[in-house]
Amino acid sequence: SFPGITAIQRQRETHIYSGWSLMGRRLACLSATTPPDSDPTGRRQVHSMLKLYYGMNEEGKVESLDPCDINGPHFDPEVYLNKLRKECSLGELMDHESCTVKQIRSLDSDMQTLVYENYNKFISATDTIRKMKNDFKKMEDEMDCLSANMAAITEFSAHISGTLQDQHAQITKLSGVHTLLRKLQFLFELPARLNKCLELQAYAQAVSAHRRARCVLQQYSHMPSFRGIQDDCHVIMEQLAQQLRQKFRDGGSSAKDLSECVELLLQLDEPAEELCDKFLSHAQSRLEADLQGLEAELIDSLVTDTDILEFIDRGCNEFVSNLCLVIASYQELFINHPQEGELASKKIPEMANGKLHVFVDTLAARYFSLVERRIQEEKGVGDNSLLVRALDRFHRRLQAISKLLPGSAVPSQGTEIVVRAARERIKQYLSALQTFYHDSLTDVRQALAAPRGATSKDATPSLPELLTSLSNFILNQLKSVLASVHLFTAKDITFSNKPYFKGEFCSQGVREGLVVSFIKFICQSSRQYCESAGDRGGSTPPALLLLLSRLCLDYETSTISYILTLTDEQFLVQHHTPVTPVTALCAEAREAAQKLLNHYVKVQGLIISQMLRKSVETRDWVNTIEPRNVRAVMKRVVEDTTSIDVQVGLLYEEGVRKAHSSDSSKRTFSVYSSSRQQIRYAPSYTPSAPMDTSLLSNIHKLFSERIDIFSPVEFNKVSVLTGIIKISLKTFLECVRLRTFGRYGLQQIQVDCHYLQMYLWRFVSDENLVHFLLDEIVGSAAHRCLDPSPMEQSVIEVICERG
Amino acid sequence: MEDDAPVIYGLEFQARALTAQTAETDAIRFVVGTQSLKFDNQIHIIDFDDENNMINKSVLLHDAGEIWHISGSPADKAVLTTCYSKTSESRVLTCAAVWRMPPEWESGSHESPDDSSNNPQTLELLCHLDNTTHGSVACVLWEPMGDGKRVISLAENHVLLWDLQESSTKATISSSATLEGKGQLKFTAGKWSPHHNSTQLATANDTAIRGWDLRSMSQIYCIESAHGQLVRDLDFNPNKQYYLASCGDDCKVKFWDVRHINEPVKCLEEHSHWVWSVRYNHSHDQLLLTGSSDSRVILSNMVSISSEPFGHLVDDDELSDNEESQQEDKGKEPLRDSIIATYEEHEDSVYAVEWSAADPWLFASLSYDGRLVINRVPRALKYRILL
Repeated sequence: SFPGITAIQRQRETHIYSGWSLMGRRLACLSATTPPDSDPTGRRQVHSMLKLYYGMNEEGKVESLDPCDINGPHFDPEVYLNKLRKECSLGELMDHESCTVKQIRSLDSDMQTLVYENYNKFISATDTIRKMKNDFKKMEDEMDCLSANMAAITEFSAHISGTLQDQHAQITKLSGVHTLLRKLQFLFELPARLNKCLELQAYAQAVSAHRRARCVLQQYSHMPSFRGIQDDCHVIMEQLAQQLRQKFRDGGSSAKDLSECVELLLQLDEPAEELCDKFLSHAQSRLEADLQGLEAELIDSLVTDTDILEFIDRGCNEFVSNLCLVIASYQELFINHPQEGELASKKIPEMANGKLHVFVDTLAARYFSLVERRIQEEKGVGDNSLLVRALDRFHRRLQAISKLLPGSAVPSQGTEIVVRAARERIKQYLSALQTFYHDSLTDVRQALAAPRGATSKDATPSLPELLTSLSNFILNQLKSVLASVHLFTAKDITFSNKPYFKGEFCSQGVREGLVVSFIKFICQSSRQYCESAGDRGGSTPPALLLLLSRLCLDYETSTISYILTLTDEQFLVQHHTPVTPVTALCAEAREAAQKLLNHYVKVQGLIISQMLRKSVETRDWVNTIEPRNVRAVMKRVVEDTTSIDVQVGLLYEEGVRKAHSSDSSKRTFSVYSSSRQQIRYAPSYTPSAPMDTSLLSNIHKLFSERIDIFSPVEFNKVSVLTGIIKISLKTFLECVRLRTFGRYGLQQIQVDCHYLQMYLWRFVSDENLVHFLLDEIVGSAAHRCLDPSPMEQSVIEVICERG
Repeated sequence: MEDDAPVIYGLEFQARALTAQTAETDAIRFVVGTQSLKFDNQIHIIDFDDENNMINKSVLLHDAGEIWHISGSPADKAVLTTCYSKTSESRVLTCAAVWRMPPEWESGSHESPDDSSNNPQTLELLCHLDNTTHGSVACVLWEPMGDGKRVISLAENHVLLWDLQESSTKATISSSATLEGKGQLKFTAGKWSPHHNSTQLATANDTAIRGWDLRSMSQIYCIESAHGQLVRDLDFNPNKQYYLASCGDDCKVKFWDVRHINEPVKCLEEHSHWVWSVRYNHSHDQLLLTGSSDSRVILSNMVSISSEPFGHLVDDDELSDNEESQQEDKGKEPLRDSIIATYEEHEDSVYAVEWSAADPWLFASLSYDGRLVINRVPRALKYRILL
């Protein structure tokens, strides 16, 4: 609608456009010489633009790709204009234009200044070049002159050397003669000089002087004058050697002196072997003194009770360190010393080395025997750390020898001693554990016996406590032993990284030799209780058998695996050799537990059977009175069974009964027994049918399982009690069969059996068993009865209720 | 090689006494005595026909009382002794007597066995071994391999040596010994040693085993607490003069060398209740028979303490003759001490076991319910011992 305005607008745009494109080009050639701008931001802008131009990107700054950035390289005037046109109002456009024009103008002026400056510099350069051209021409002339002079000098020099040649040869000759004369003089003066050296004890000088002259004298010995000198020298040197030998023999001198002495003697062709021997024998006497001192202390230690650490310390400080000194100085003298000339060819080091090894070995052997004797004295098992520290020191000090004498067997022998000591130690600990076990068992025995004498009730409640205290004692002792033995493998102990201590010691020694052996020992000794007690009167109290059986069972279920895991963890046992598996040990423990429990059942069963047997055997059953009471022995049997039940219940679980026991009250039981018994025994009392009795019982037997009397029991209370009751009742039966009964005898048996039935069924797993055995007893008694007229069931019940 | 099944014979009465007829060497014959307080007791003579695996029995009446022990004369197969209990005036006393079987029993039984059981013949009493002054008799022992003229009876704590005179119709005590000690001592069992010219006797009382010299009637050795409990029976090794086996209430069978009485030579513990009877095989003393109140009979092979510890010795000629057999021998393992068999045919306590006098591979066992079982040594073992 305003074509006029649009036209103006367009015009302006083109103007601005052309202005910017111009500015862009100018900016592009802006140099460092741009006059400083007053505006700091503008200057910075200029800087960055310059950098841009020279491709020096400011670190990390991404080039602006914005075509609207007027200073950016990608500036697109078309886009910029479009943008302005779109975004700005007319007023803003006008402002913008005036601003742009101002900028263009300032740029133009900058440009001009630059051009002027450059022009000035160019003109001054042209002047300089012209001046240089003139200077060079002068220099060329001077160089020509110099070369001519040099040629002249060379000529003169050649001339002079030619004239001096003859004189030079003469001078050389004269100087040679002078040297020869000097040497001759040295030779003639040699004896005197040697003598003087001898007087001053400057042996080294004497030897070196003699050495220098020796070859010459040897060569010219056919000439009398030289011969004389040689003889003189010989005499003197002989004297000297004598003195040196003397000095060597005395030995009191310092190591340095000694080494010098040896060196000189070697140079004097003294046989090295002899020297070695002398040196070693000299050292040996000193070391032997040390050993004797040690031996004396060893004998003393038996009396004065000094500890092993002191002994080893003394051994190390005196003997081992002296030995090291001897080895070091010996090696310095004979082996490591660099040999020159003919000496090198004699293979002295090899010979000397051999001698040294023999020497060290013999002395070390004596030392070791002393140390071993001392170690054997260590028998107390209380504190292991002292021994381990002593062994460690002993072993550590021997390492010095191995460094000094690489091929020596001494350190390995030392290690063997340590290994032997460790083995011995394990054995001692095992036996200590075994004695401890025996002692604690004796304690338990006493604890079991003591309260029994005072009050019989106090003995039983302490049974579980005794068990836990016993097993804790043993476990703690074992742990403390393990801790003691563990010292052998501590990281700061030098020998702990030897293969023996890493492998065999842990697996064969500690695990097998100590832990497994101990567990086996427990099982074995437990088994012995069963065997020895069976024959010879049974001195072991039954409670101890029960307790041991529970102990073994606990071992089987947890303790063994706990102990072995503990050991394996502590000693990081790597099983190179086959070791006893946990399962085998557990089986052994279980077997022992079973055996002990069986034995317990047998012993307790026997005690009760003995009572029953005596009561049957000693009574006259034919002439007895009518039963009024249950016999006292039956009450005693029930009492004892109850107390056994309590005792076993303290250590073993209840166990399972046959299902019907839950509702089998006393009443239903008596109904059962009376009805059954009447059916069973009624026919047997009628004399006409003798077969019927056995028929019924035989039919019963056909369908019931055979009862093993002394059979293994299970690990629970019911099974144990069942075993004991079986044994007792079977004895009762067999005893009854050997007797003959009168009428009242049979009735007494009836009463007794009924009483037993009333009380014993609750203890056993299958009450039918008790019924069956008691039926057998009554049946047998009826058979063996002269006048079999049984008592009324109701009367029996009344008597039993009352008693 | 199937073994023959055991032969079972049932008696009507309960029984404890069993013996083999010692003097009979042709027929396999056992004698059983019954125990009944109410009926007339019987003696069953059981002939075993090995070929047909059959039993022939004859019954003789023994009306004196129930029989606790029985043993046959070694010289006269018709003569036997029994220990029987007699009740008089409410007093039970066990007496002993020598009997003769009626001469017709053998023929009679063969013709009509049914008749014999219906109308049994009675034993002929030869004489009583009068014991009224000495108490109940535990057992009567014949002189082994003797002429049937000497017997020993063990009555309470007395050893009585009897001479049988006038064809056994008269018995006189020729010598006696009494065991003195604390408490009531009572012999439970005894055995007359077949060695040393039959001059030795072994007795058991409570847990002790004692040896007696019959010439001086004095004790020669005593194994105190030989067993943990009562000793029930003894037997001498027929081939080794110092060896004897014992058994008792501790379920054990022990073997003793009477020269070293501190420890048993060997001990077996296979039964699960009291062992009542132990018997060496008469010919092969490695075979041992035991009967127990756990109703089992166990046959053991005790090679290591037998007179043939290395098995049957083979002649050198035989070896060189046949190399194959030699190799076979090498393949054979030497026999070890072991249980050969456990016989479970009984359902009540077994109180007596006996080897047959005629056939060394055959034995009988008797349980309280009156069941007699005749068994054989397994053939495999038999051939192994013989060959």
